[in-house]
Amino acid sequence: MNWEQIPLSYYLVLSAVLFACGITGFLIKRNIITIFMSIELMLNAVNLSFVAFASYWATIHGRPAWVQPLSGQVFVFFVMVVAAAEAAVGLGIVIAVFRTRETLNPDRVNLLKL
Amino acid sequence: MLHLVLFIIFGAICVAGAINLIAQKHPLYSALSLVVVMGALAAIYLLLGAEFLAAIQVIVYAGAIMVLFVFVIMLLGAGEEEHTRGSKIALIFGVPGMIVGAVLVVWVLLKSNPLGETIGVGSLYGSGQTIGRLLFGDFLLPFEITSVLILIAIMGAVVLARRES
Repeated sequence: MNWEQIPLSYYLVLSAVLFACGITGFLIKRNIITIFMSIELMLNAVNLSFVAFASYWATIHGRPAWVQPLSGQVFVFFVMVVAAAEAAVGLGIVIAVFRTRETLNPDRVNLLKL
Repeated sequence: MLHLVLFIIFGAICVAGAINLIAQKHPLYSALSLVVVMGALAAIYLLLGAEFLAAIQVIVYAGAIMVLFVFVIMLLGAGEEEHTRGSKIALIFGVPGMIVGAVLVVWVLLKSNPLGETIGVGSLYGSGQTIGRLLFGDFLLPFEITSVLILIAIMGAVVLARRES
C-alpha cells in the first residue's frame, strides 16, 4: 500500500456514518430545529462523497474523455447553495409555526388548521 | 502516512461531533457540535485538495447557515427538548436492524474494492480559479438558475417571517 494514497472506501465509510447519524437524529429528535440540523448533517455527508469521488476520478489514468473530474466539486457548490436556501425558508417556516403554536415539538403540530 | 493520520483524526472529530449532535438535549449544544463537524469536514476537503470548497464550507456553512440556526434558537428561546415516549417496536427492531445495516454497508464498501481504488493526495487542486472557470463556463446555466432559486428563497423567507397585520 502506497502511504501517499488513502483508499476511496475510507471516505465513503465516513460519509455513510455521518449520513446514518443524520438519519438517526432526524428520526429521534423532538425539536424541529434539531431536525433541520440533522438534514444539514446528511447534506454534508453527501458532499463528502462528491468530493471524494471528484478526487478519485482525477487520480485514475485511463478515464473516459467525457469525465470532468472537478464537476463533483461544482456539484458540492450547488448543494451548498440549495442548503442555504433551504435553511432560510425552513427557519422562516419554524418561526411562523412557533408564532401560532407556541411550541417547537413537531408531535404537537398535528393540526392543519389552527 | 501523515495524510492517513490526519484523515483518521478529522474523521474521528466528525463522527464524535455527529454523535454529540444526537446526544445533546439542548438545541444550542447540538448547533455547536454541528459547527465542529463542519470545521472538521473542511479540513478533510483540504486533504482531498478542494481548497475552494474548504473555504466556502467554513464561510457559508459554519459561518452563515449556523449563525442563522443559532439566531433562530435564541430568538425563539428554545429550551431542552421535551421527552416523549418512543415506540417499543422501534427499539426492538430498529437497533439490531441499524447495526446489521451499518455492518453490511461498511463490509461492502471495504471489501468490494477490486481495483484497489485509492485517492492520490495532492492529485487535484480545486482552487478558486479552476472552480470559477467551470462555474462560468460549462456550468453557466445551472449557476444562473441557482441565482433565481436564491431570489425565490429570499422572497419566501421574507413572506414567511413577516408578522400578520
